[in-house]
Amino acid sequence: MKVVLQNLTKIFPSRDKKAGGEVVAVNDFTFEIPDGKLIGLLGPSGCGKSTTLYMISGLQKPTSGKIFFGEDDVTTLATESRGIGLVFQNYALYPHMTVKQNILFPLENLKGKDKLTKTEMQERALEVAKLVQIDELMDRKPSELSGGQQQRVAIARALVKMPRVLLLDEPLSNLDARLRLQTREEIRRIQKETGITTIFVTHDQEEAMSISDMIVVMKLGVLQQIGKPQDVYDDPVNLFVAKFLGTPPINVLEGRIANGKICVGDAAIGEAAGVEDQDIYIGIRPEGFELDANGALECKLSNVEVMGRDVSIVSTHEASLNPVIRSIIDADNKIDLSAETVRFNIKPHKLFVFNKETEKRIYW
Amino acid sequence: MVESKHQWKAWLYLAPAIILLLVFTVWPIINTVAMAFQNGYNALAAKRGASFDIGIQNFIDVLGYGSFLKNLLNTMLLCVATVPLSTMLALLIAVALNSIKPMQKFLQTIFFLPYVTNSIAIGMVFAAMFNIIGLRGGGSMADTWGIVNNFLMLLGFEPINWINQGSDYWANIVVMVVYIVWNALPFKILILLGGLQSINKQYYDAARVDGTARRRVLTRITVPLLSPMLAYVIITGFIGGFKEYSSIVGIFGETMGPPAAAGRLNTMVGFIYDSLATSSQGKASAAALILFGIILVVTMINLQVSKKRVHY
Repeated sequence: MKVVLQNLTKIFPSRDKKAGGEVVAVNDFTFEIPDGKLIGLLGPSGCGKSTTLYMISGLQKPTSGKIFFGEDDVTTLATESRGIGLVFQNYALYPHMTVKQNILFPLENLKGKDKLTKTEMQERALEVAKLVQIDELMDRKPSELSGGQQQRVAIARALVKMPRVLLLDEPLSNLDARLRLQTREEIRRIQKETGITTIFVTHDQEEAMSISDMIVVMKLGVLQQIGKPQDVYDDPVNLFVAKFLGTPPINVLEGRIANGKICVGDAAIGEAAGVEDQDIYIGIRPEGFELDANGALECKLSNVEVMGRDVSIVSTHEASLNPVIRSIIDADNKIDLSAETVRFNIKPHKLFVFNKETEKRIYW
Repeated sequence: MVESKHQWKAWLYLAPAIILLLVFTVWPIINTVAMAFQNGYNALAAKRGASFDIGIQNFIDVLGYGSFLKNLLNTMLLCVATVPLSTMLALLIAVALNSIKPMQKFLQTIFFLPYVTNSIAIGMVFAAMFNIIGLRGGGSMADTWGIVNNFLMLLGFEPINWINQGSDYWANIVVMVVYIVWNALPFKILILLGGLQSINKQYYDAARVDGTARRRVLTRITVPLLSPMLAYVIITGFIGGFKEYSSIVGIFGETMGPPAAAGRLNTMVGFIYDSLATSSQGKASAAALILFGIILVVTMINLQVSKKRVHY
C-alpha cells in the first residue's frame, strides 16, 4: 500500500497561552511512500517526524492537507479503520496481559465480517509470534521480558491484524547498542518477509541509513530531502542534510569561490567552473581526503587514530567549523607522525559547496 | 558506625509520635484485650477494688445477645450493599471526570465537597429529604413531605414512609444505603481519579489503534490498570463499613431507628457504645475484639482475592 502525503501541515497552539503564537510541527509536507518499502523518517528532535507518523496513524489530526493510502483518502478516517499497525516508542504493551493476550487483543476487537473464530485467532497469533521469534514467550508478562523481547511483542501485536501500513515510533531508542544492531536487522527481515509498507521514525541517521529503502530527512517541520540513503548521502541538497548524515560527520570549512575555483584561504582545493564568486561553506566527507605531499589543502596534524582497515587523521585548519578535521584514509598510506602538517587533495565527488547565506547546495 | 552514633537523635525525633501512639493507641488496645478476658468486667466496680475471673464469659454473653447478632447483620448488610455500589459509581464518575476537559477542576471540587462536610449535618439534610411530616396520604401537612416523596409523587408514584414512625425496615435500609454511598463517593473518586491520571495515555492510544470498543477499554484496560487503587478503595470501604455508626445517628438520631422501633438499625459500633454506656466495659471490649476479628478476616479475604486480580 503506497502512502501519499499531500500538503500535510500540523500546527499546535503554543503552550504558553499568554505569549500566544503557535508551533508549526509539520509544514506543508508532500511526498509519496512507495508500496512495500521500508521508510525512515529522520531528523533531530522537534523536527516533526513523530507528528507526521501520528498523523499517518490517525491518532493526530492534520491541521490541513491530505493523507492517502493507495487511492483512498484516509485523512478523516478514524485510526481503527485505517488498517495500520503502530509500535510505540516505549511499546505500550498492556502490563496485565500475557504476551499471548497482548497479541490476541487486536484480533478480539474485530467485529462483523472480520470476526475470527477462537482457533483462527490462536493460529494467527502463533504465526506472527513465530515471525518475530517470540513463540517461546507466549505466557510471560511484559515485565518478565527484556527490552528487545518487548519490542518484538509490540511488533507482533501491530502485525497480527495484517495492517496495510506498519508504523514504528523510534523503534530502537529504548534498546542498548548491541540489541539495536540486532533489532534493526530484525525489523528489516520482518518487513521483507511481510512486504508491508513500513514507516519508522528515528533521530539516528546510522539506523535510518542502514535499513531503509528510502529516507526522509526533516528539520523543524520542513522536509529537507527524500531519497535512497546512499543517494542522499552522496548528494545532499543543503548543509543541514550533509551534516546530519554520516559518521564521522562531514567536515565543514569556510571558503569562497573565486574565478571558478573553490578556495580555502589561498588554497584552491577544487573546481567550480561557471559559478559566480561568493562566500561558501565547503563540506568534505571524511573519506574524501587523499594524502598528497603536494596536496592543495594544508592542515596541522594533531593525531592519527589507527582503526585497522582505515586510518583516521585528525588535523586542524583555521577555516574549519568543526574543532577538528577528520579524514579517513586507507591504512596502506604511510603517515609521518612527527610532521607538523599534513597535505590533502580532495576527491571532487566528496566535496559539496553550499551558499553561505542560504546553506543551499551550489551545483555546477 | 555513623548510624548508631546518631540513633538517639532518631529516637528523639520520633518520641512525640511514639509517646502519643503508646498512650492513645497501644495502651488502649492492650487494655481492651485485658478487659475482654475478665468475666463481667465493670470499670466502676474495678475502681472499688473488685476483681474478676479470667475467662471468655464476655464473649459468650455478647454472642448470646439477640441484639448483637441483629447489629452484626445490619452492619454486614450495609457493607455488602454499599461497598460494591459506591465503588462502581465512583469508578464511573472518575472515568467520566477524567474524560471531560472543560470545568474538570470545578466538577472535581463539587464531587469532593461531601468529604469535607460534617457527616451528621449531611445526615440531617438527608433525613429532611426523606422525611414525611403528618400522616400518610392525608391532611394539609402533605406538602411538607421531603423532596424525595415530592419527586416520587411528581412522577405519579405513591409517597413512601422512609424513616418516620411506622416505616418499613427495608425502607430505612434503602435510605441508609443511599446516604452511605453518597457519603463514601468523594474519597473513592479522589483515589480512583488519581489512579486514572497516572495511567500512561499510550495504552489508550494503543487501544484506539487496535479498534477497541469503549466498554472493552474500560473492562480490559482501565479496570485492570486501576486494580491496585480499586483494591485499596474496596478494602478501606469494607473497614469503614464495619465501623458504620455516625451515618445512622445522622439520620435517625441516637435512637438508631425510627420512633417506636429504636435500635432497629443499630450497628456493631453502636453495640459497643451501648455497652460502654451501661458500664459493661468487659462486654464492649469483647465486642470490639469480635469486630476486629471480622474486619481482619474480611480484609484477608479481600487481599487474597485481589492477589489474583490486582496486576503488578
